[in-house]
Amino acid sequence: MSESEQLDADRIRTLLESEGDEIKENTRLFNAERYDAVEAVGEAEHEDNRSRAREIKEDAIERLPELVDRTREAVEANGGTVYVADDAADANRYISEVADDADADSVVKSKSMTTEEIDLNEALEADGLDVWETDLGEFVVQIAEEAPSHIVGPSLHKSREEITELFEREFDPDESLDSAEKLTAFAREYLGGRIDDAEVGVTGANFVMADSGSIALVTNEGNARKCASIPDTHVAVAGIEKIIPSVAELEPFAELISRSATGQEIPQYLSLLTPPVDTPAIDFDSEDEPGFGNSDADREFHLVLLDNGRREMREDDDLRETLYCIRCGACANSCANFQSVGGHAFGGETYTGGIATGWEAGIEGNDVAEEFNDLCTGCSRCVNACPVKIDIPWINTVVRDRINRGKDPGFDDMLVDGLMPDEEESGTPLRKRFFGNFETAAKIGSATAPLSNAVASTGLARKAMESVLGVDARRDLPEFERTTLRDWAEGRESPVEAPERRVALYPDVYTNYVQTERGKAAVRVLEALGCEVVVPDVGGSGRAPLSQGMIATAERKAEDVAESVLPYVEDGYDVVVVEPSDLAMFRREYEKLLPAEEHERIDQGSYEILEYVFGLLENGASADALPGGDGDGVAYHSHCQQRTLGLESYTETVLERLGYDVLTSDVECCGMAGSFGYKSEYYDLSMDVGATLADQFEAVADERTVVASGTSCMEQLDSLLSPGTRHPVELLDPAGR
Amino acid sequence: MSSGSVEQFQQSLSRLDAASTVVSPDELEATIADLADPPAIGAELPFDDLSLAETPVTLGPSPAQLRDAVTGVTGSRMGIASLGTVAVESREEGDEFVALYPERHVVVIKASDLRSDLADAFGWIRGEFEADRQSFILATGPSSTGDMGALVQGVHGPEQVHIVIVRDNE
Repeated sequence: MSESEQLDADRIRTLLESEGDEIKENTRLFNAERYDAVEAVGEAEHEDNRSRAREIKEDAIERLPELVDRTREAVEANGGTVYVADDAADANRYISEVADDADADSVVKSKSMTTEEIDLNEALEADGLDVWETDLGEFVVQIAEEAPSHIVGPSLHKSREEITELFEREFDPDESLDSAEKLTAFAREYLGGRIDDAEVGVTGANFVMADSGSIALVTNEGNARKCASIPDTHVAVAGIEKIIPSVAELEPFAELISRSATGQEIPQYLSLLTPPVDTPAIDFDSEDEPGFGNSDADREFHLVLLDNGRREMREDDDLRETLYCIRCGACANSCANFQSVGGHAFGGETYTGGIATGWEAGIEGNDVAEEFNDLCTGCSRCVNACPVKIDIPWINTVVRDRINRGKDPGFDDMLVDGLMPDEEESGTPLRKRFFGNFETAAKIGSATAPLSNAVASTGLARKAMESVLGVDARRDLPEFERTTLRDWAEGRESPVEAPERRVALYPDVYTNYVQTERGKAAVRVLEALGCEVVVPDVGGSGRAPLSQGMIATAERKAEDVAESVLPYVEDGYDVVVVEPSDLAMFRREYEKLLPAEEHERIDQGSYEILEYVFGLLENGASADALPGGDGDGVAYHSHCQQRTLGLESYTETVLERLGYDVLTSDVECCGMAGSFGYKSEYYDLSMDVGATLADQFEAVADERTVVASGTSCMEQLDSLLSPGTRHPVELLDPAGR
Repeated sequence: MSSGSVEQFQQSLSRLDAASTVVSPDELEATIADLADPPAIGAELPFDDLSLAETPVTLGPSPAQLRDAVTGVTGSRMGIASLGTVAVESREEGDEFVALYPERHVVVIKASDLRSDLADAFGWIRGEFEADRQSFILATGPSSTGDMGALVQGVHGPEQVHIVIVRDNE
């Protein structure tokens, strides 16, 4: 990748301007349709399908060598050929030979990301063959000489007007192609002739069924069926990970794939082909001969199974899950950043979207994945969207960690190593170590406040932070409190004499040093509902270093938290967390960072603050102890990781119970996500993503109190709307009225 | 054994913008004659008791007839009531081409061959695979694309789909 194509502020700005509108409209439509389709089939049934699909993939990847052998036996018994290609060059060489044996002048293709991966078109064209993409989206991209921007809709970054201009320039048609209908009719006619003339048809395979040697193809246009059945020779190219045992295992995927991709119940065409098929060959040279020209040609079938790094991914405990991917694009559509810039920023040489980091790291290497890896903010909205339950944010974190470790130690390191109390190897970029060690900055900042705040806000300091650390000067910095939440809590006597429950309120870094008011409110609310509250001496959850891909540091933090918090759990305390991203650490990421038993105890023993308040009210605590809403309006933005955990509704319900009229935002993410929005190159993207949230709340901000659960969300909302965002628990604070 | 209902199948088809007609076996030939806008081609039906032989449909067309046909008529041995899906089988009769080239695809299916949903359909598919019949296209409504900036029907496959549901003899 050349220097000019590196992802920087300019390139992001250019993509936002040139492709943003189309990408936004199309990805958000797919995403909304996915939600509707899942609701229509029922959450429980959808979850069943996801669990089954996941099990089938786990098992199939585990048994892959055996399934490759069975596939070969079945395809050969049917009269076809299987070729396992080690890499792109190997696959291309084989396919070129097949085309050569077929005396081919031209090849037609239906959509296949795997052939994009190996640059098959270029290889065949170098052999003098004409190659035509027949999927209309791929055709557009081919004519425009661009790369696909989306796994499912390769050209969805282009408007109808742009395609018209492109086609009219390229093909000089007799009449203007100024509608989607005319463009489609033109492409059908143009490509129809090319399909009839081609000697070889190349398709992908969404699934390969080992027992019968069948392939499944998912399309809406019908072009895969034509490419597979009209030319006498059919080559299907698929990654080896596409194999499932038999047609019986196809069922959950048939349920899931279109629903996850575009919100369709089923694609227009779900083809189960066991080539060579019985459909007769056509002899177009005997135009008027009945029986399709009475061809005496035999059908030929070649299945090319591509390794290209996949067998190594299978051995890699962290990248293995990538192989479960069924290329539905749901991770891209549910990703707020992808919704703004699309796959030309959020993708590598072939694959795009959330899962692209896993694919590109596995098949191309970490350097290709690095270009866009940081676009994953870890918001986790793709986690529930993925039909095979791949932990995409974790894969992105692991690859980020590996990229950090691959860097040569520079001069910075010698300066920083002694100052940063982290576990990272020399070479980890200074800026990542700064964000990853925010807890240290917060400690110092708080201890020296208000001086630290005053210094940090000077133009000189901001300029230095921007040039050295890449902290965008347009962002307001968090202001540290001199008195931490813990200091405040330590000097307090509990007003609850006979507590119903005992709570250890987790003082996350922000609540302890910056947003102390929401921590104090949480304490008072819990006490009003009959809880004894302590604020234990415990450090950061590890969220900040984890976001920077500093896994070893995050792991040490997790161990410290477990050591400090578990004794409280042992003693019967409930752990209550104010910051959703820290609760998400306890529930999700600690599974990867702590021994299973410790993770389980923390996971089971911890609650989000409003989830906990809901539980108290359900179990007899009186809402009268809290101030009522008197019908006041609230505009509520939940937090991305909180929504992934399914916790959004607790806040809504509690606020409604107290008499508030609640309007909840329905955007996937505010676009801030911790350090992301502070970074200079991502500032514009962060604001672009946030604009959708601002649009929803702007009209109501005057008459509704804006509340948000996460610190980052509050900061983003404060910069988007007039300042004054609060945490929901502050509305419940008895001292607040 | 059928467990899918004709009513549900027709409702699903109307959601897909696909037409449907319910006929008795005796009415099939006349119905096909009505629906087969000429020139029409066909693949002989996969049923012992129903045939296209007496309809104005060319069976086993030449390549030129295949390209020029406006209507293509095929049979289907399985439909899915909840989805409006029909199975097109890859057979020597050339169903696959007849179903794809012409702008109108007319599908003949027996009411008794309707399954209720995809899970039920997969039961049937597994049985077919065991009996060594292993190439089917589950086709649902007209072919379509959103790649040209708006949803358009009729891309590489048919623009119109008409399903003829043949009631069982009582």
